[in-house]
Amino acid sequence: MESNTVIVCRCEDVTVEEIRALISAGYRSIDEIKRAVRAGMGPCQGRNCRMLIAQELAKACGIDMEEVIMPTFRPTVKPVKLGTYAGSE
Amino acid sequence: MQKTANTVIIGGGIIGCAMAYELALRGMRDIVVLEKRYLCSGATGRCGAGVRQQWGMETNAILARDSIKRFEHLNEELDYDMDIEFKQGGYLIVAYSEAEWNQFQKNLLVQHRLGIPSQALTAEEARKIVPYLNKDGLLGATFCATDGHANPFRVVDAYAKAARRLGVTFETHTEATGFKVESGRIKAVQTTKGDIDTPLVINATNAYAPEICKMAGYDSLPVYPERHQILVTEAVEPCQGPMVLSFKYRCYAQQTPHGSFLMGVAHPDEPRDFNTNTSWQFLEDCARQITGILPMLKDLRVVRQWAGLYDVSPDHSPILDEVPGAEGMWVLAGFSGHGFMIAPQTTVLVAQKIMGEACFMPIERFSLDRFRTGALLLEPAAL
Repeated sequence: MESNTVIVCRCEDVTVEEIRALISAGYRSIDEIKRAVRAGMGPCQGRNCRMLIAQELAKACGIDMEEVIMPTFRPTVKPVKLGTYAGSE
Repeated sequence: MQKTANTVIIGGGIIGCAMAYELALRGMRDIVVLEKRYLCSGATGRCGAGVRQQWGMETNAILARDSIKRFEHLNEELDYDMDIEFKQGGYLIVAYSEAEWNQFQKNLLVQHRLGIPSQALTAEEARKIVPYLNKDGLLGATFCATDGHANPFRVVDAYAKAARRLGVTFETHTEATGFKVESGRIKAVQTTKGDIDTPLVINATNAYAPEICKMAGYDSLPVYPERHQILVTEAVEPCQGPMVLSFKYRCYAQQTPHGSFLMGVAHPDEPRDFNTNTSWQFLEDCARQITGILPMLKDLRVVRQWAGLYDVSPDHSPILDEVPGAEGMWVLAGFSGHGFMIAPQTTVLVAQKIMGEACFMPIERFSLDRFRTGALLLEPAAL
């Protein structure tokens, strides 16, 4: 399979090719990549793509996976309707 | 890292990056931008992404009006390889009280004097623009069709890339820790990666601006930090054109070009500190206020919440001035929650002053002196 058709972030349709292009352009953390192409900003909040992007960063920068800085983990844990928070249902 | 520079800009948000571009464009060479984390990691990257001209203070309205004209062509001007996602769906500012409605009429007079195409709408007319707007108690609204949205990450990225092409150096993960000041003049910036000798420093650190000023010996910049929280929903088909903003209910909501809704609510008793943690109380408060005025949004799912800091000034207007006792340091702070939308022209104004060009409006109006003379730029339409 061509690498440019491999989806890394399924929520926001981001390919491994796009991730690699950003890393070669100097983006050095999951948070920076997220801000550029929305990887990790969809309904799953990076559950699928976070470690895949970390792998790419580790490979490209020649560092261990543990050294890749994790993005801020933000609530909510799963999508919840506004109406539920408002107490209307 | 380099040991000397003509200008050191502290802060890699919209103000720092746009300042770098505007100075470089005007011929300033050897500019270094210091950012303690990565570009857009602070207040800019956490803002509500709205851009509006409907202000009540003339100075804010001018800066916003002219900045929107820049946003309209910013992709081309900065030769940007991506898209700043500028959307002009308008701002619908709704009135649910007589006091609001009366204030809006005064704001419209200011806007119309400046040629801003805002207008007063009846409740029925407002509901033609956003049909699911709650009509209970709705007195009317003001609407400006050329207000809207821009993606803060992309705008900063666009300015930073354009600045780099003009020779600006960016040092990320580098923090300013102090200054050398001699005979009241800035001589050098001390950083976590060594000292840089420089005659000119731009303090573009938002809520941290008072601390940076203090390092240079000025301890009374009248700006304080205030947490503001935001949430974003899942993306849905386009269904709401404008930003809806209510002062009475302290909240706003806009659908982004991506399809998600960004919304926030201002807490009336937010303490003055650097807390950027999120709270569950915000989720409930925001959901109640928003579904109160926009009931149809109750079925949207929240996917994420975050918080950022306003740099609040006494009159909710920016301070653009040289720091007393530290000649050579310029501070741009006190934006009070609307720095992103007025950044393009605010940075032009300061760059013009620094480079000795004619300023497009009197920069003295934004000086610190106004808090002594009482010539305040009181903004009645800040949230």
